[in-house]
Amino acid sequence: MSKDETLGEALRRQGISRRGFLKFCAATASMMALPPSMVPAIAAALEKARRPSVIWLSFQECTGCTESLTRSHSPTVEGLIFDTISLDYHHTLQAAAGSAAEAAREAAMEENNGNYILVVDGSIPLGNPGFSTIAGISNQSMLMETAKGAAAIIAVGTCAAYGGLPHADPNPTGAVSVGDLIKDKPIINVPGCPPIPVVITGILAHFLTFGTIPELDELGRPKAFYGKSIHDRCYRRPFYDKGLFAETFDDEGAKKGWCLYKLGCKGPTTYNACATTKWNEGTSFPIEAGHPCLGCSEPDFWDGGGFYKALSMPTEDITRSAVYAIGAGAAAGVALGALNRAKKKRVEKAHEKVTIDDLDKG
Amino acid sequence: MSGITDTEILKVEPGENLTYNVQPLLHEIRHALATLLDDGGNTVIDLQSLPLAPGEEQKLLDELGHGEVYARLHALGPTEIIETRYPGVWVVVHYNSSDEVIGKFIEVCDIPGLLRSQQEDVRQGLEQLQTQLA
Repeated sequence: MSKDETLGEALRRQGISRRGFLKFCAATASMMALPPSMVPAIAAALEKARRPSVIWLSFQECTGCTESLTRSHSPTVEGLIFDTISLDYHHTLQAAAGSAAEAAREAAMEENNGNYILVVDGSIPLGNPGFSTIAGISNQSMLMETAKGAAAIIAVGTCAAYGGLPHADPNPTGAVSVGDLIKDKPIINVPGCPPIPVVITGILAHFLTFGTIPELDELGRPKAFYGKSIHDRCYRRPFYDKGLFAETFDDEGAKKGWCLYKLGCKGPTTYNACATTKWNEGTSFPIEAGHPCLGCSEPDFWDGGGFYKALSMPTEDITRSAVYAIGAGAAAGVALGALNRAKKKRVEKAHEKVTIDDLDKG
Repeated sequence: MSGITDTEILKVEPGENLTYNVQPLLHEIRHALATLLDDGGNTVIDLQSLPLAPGEEQKLLDELGHGEVYARLHALGPTEIIETRYPGVWVVVHYNSSDEVIGKFIEVCDIPGLLRSQQEDVRQGLEQLQTQLA
């Protein structure tokens, strides 16, 4: 597809009928969480859409976000969306490396100055530029340089959106989010660890269709996907309302599919589309598989006090222990020291060492 | 050390009417049918935008049942278009080329738009026929 060809022209050239195009638009509307009544408007806009240039930068990340997108197994719709963009730089996917790859990025930036979309996954270390570099260029320098000519920035994954795992306490690399560094460009945060693939492509489709960024919430997330909490849309919600909870992962409540709130479900404070869009081609989502929501699309979810602690519990046992200590007239510092020692012993006890012999026996 | 084969696999019992969304959906369809009769207005419901418990979607589809028309399109992967036992209520399921569901809708209309021949396709067909006969 040449850069001047519209999407409608490209699809017809590939022998795709009008019926096929309308079906593509219906699926795209569903993907963008738009009402089906919008399909004619989407068809009219996509027909005329031209191919935008996309530069994708990966910083301190695990490649899970790219994996989520490229393994989404929906070649038709998402493949077509991807075919209609010009992915000019993605160092995980491209064959070129080093200075040749950087030359491609610079060429794309120059040719599409002011119009390209910058996608970023991963956080940016400020502690030391050498913590993460690409072709000898620090993540911060590359981000600042590439952001200058971007029309909009999509921060894909919780690391790019809010710092994510690298930002977790004690944040050894001084990791920050894209939004911490860039203040003069529209930024769309697409958090999740990883984000749902159709949410990534849905936002690209939105930009392609309307040429604008979607409506965002106060954390910079598109409201279409992050407007409702997992809890509000969870099929187990009626059990929460009735006070029926699983207490352990194998009790009667768990077998009956009761609410996982007491097992640490972060659904009530987590905003994402998992409960309706679901994963693996709409098969299920973590709660449907019997596991509490970890809250991965929220800032600082790693430091939330424990994945298996109910939201209503204090984030640190230490608070309660300290209160008891003060109540008993003991010095809080002594009590805390004792608590830390006890914790250390518990950890040592819990970590049984496994030898090669043990593995052979298994 | 115990192996994975010793682990009991937890079976979750299928819940029944957990979200209670099936009945309201049927009422929504009833309203849409009345609108279709009154002023010809069409309604489309995106089933993937609603929270439904495991088994609830099937319950809804079972309630709607099958009517007189079943059509299968082949455009960017297959699409199934089924008229339910309630004339004017259609279930439309889009698949991609790997037979994975990419969209699931209930359409309340005389005939789903995708079943009609499209102007652009007709024009292209005419050109092809003319070329063949030339």
